[in-house]
Amino acid sequence: MEIKHTALAGTLESSDIQFTLSKGTGVEINLDSQVEKQFGNQIRKVITDLLKDYDITDVNVRAVDKGALDCTIKARLIAAIQRATDTQNQPNWEVLG
Amino acid sequence: MERLRRTMMFVPGNNPAMIKDAGIYGADSIMFDLEDSVSLTEKDTARMLVFEALQNVDYGNSELVVRINGLDTEMGKADIYAMVKAGVEVIRLPKTETPDDVVETEKVIAEAEKFFGIENGRTHMMAAIESAEGVLNAPAIAKASDRLIGIALGAEDYVTMMKTHRYPDGAELSFARNMILHGARAAGIAAFDTVYSDVDNTEGFNHEVEIIHELGFDGKSVINPRQIPLVNAIYAPSDKEIRNAKDVLNAIEEAHKKGSGVISLRGKMVDKPVVARAQRTMALAKASNLVDEDGNIYAK
Repeated sequence: MEIKHTALAGTLESSDIQFTLSKGTGVEINLDSQVEKQFGNQIRKVITDLLKDYDITDVNVRAVDKGALDCTIKARLIAAIQRATDTQNQPNWEVLG
Repeated sequence: MERLRRTMMFVPGNNPAMIKDAGIYGADSIMFDLEDSVSLTEKDTARMLVFEALQNVDYGNSELVVRINGLDTEMGKADIYAMVKAGVEVIRLPKTETPDDVVETEKVIAEAEKFFGIENGRTHMMAAIESAEGVLNAPAIAKASDRLIGIALGAEDYVTMMKTHRYPDGAELSFARNMILHGARAAGIAAFDTVYSDVDNTEGFNHEVEIIHELGFDGKSVINPRQIPLVNAIYAPSDKEIRNAKDVLNAIEEAHKKGSGVISLRGKMVDKPVVARAQRTMALAKASNLVDEDGNIYAK
């Protein structure tokens, strides 16, 4: 799946995470998290797994985490992907299954 | 036994912190909102947030409800598909005006269940009534689908349409409350009262809960966790009511053991409505943590 344009989802409120996706070459993840030391690898894994599920191979991911649960990370990244691919109201049920 | 629905707590669908903590306050039902509390530009992100939370966060015994955007919006159908897929217990329709609104939504829910290979009928519904037409159609709306577990009054839009506003005595809502309550009872489903938005006015809130409790509403919509114990306290039965309910239930059990068809207690006949009231009193007493499993009142 191809990133069509830059898209943002999520906020900088507590328990949230904000993603900015833009076109790139290969997958590049730039993570800024208050819990980087303890959960950085776990957050990166949630991101890379989901990008694989969506078959997104070229993207720059900027993530600013404010202590989000895994399910919030996933939800915000899904929303950002849907926005970057113009599929907000046509979710990919195969991936979300 | 009928499920207790004293409180239905509204949780904005685009607030991760509130969604994460929603289960800790002991609300009988939690209603995640994708409609009015979510701005038009965040409908898509809220949908995914609630979709993921429903599948991953433990909300204990609370019944899980999602208020979707209406089918007259571009979000409605996607909301229904996502919530059915996530396994929500109840989908709440906003601004229900006619029985057809319920029927149309049910069609899309059934279509979504079929699409995802989910058992037909698993997703329940409730309808919020927020207009004069909706109030007048309440009895027909309540009977529009077997999936309906209840109907609710949404007063903010309603009072504006009626050219009035909220008053402390609730006279402006009297007709709507009674229509909704009778519609719900005639259909054998639950009736929920509207929210009380002045969260700091405990006295006003308690007064309103006393009114709807006396009328017979199953419970009230709440917008702040602080309102939950206030509702529960008013719905909690007194010691005298509990003792009487226990006597009724014991008399029934004794009579069944003896094979007796007619039951009396202290010279009064115990019939079906008396038993139903006793069972509800005992359920409320247990939910309020006033009695043990056998119905004995805890020492205070």
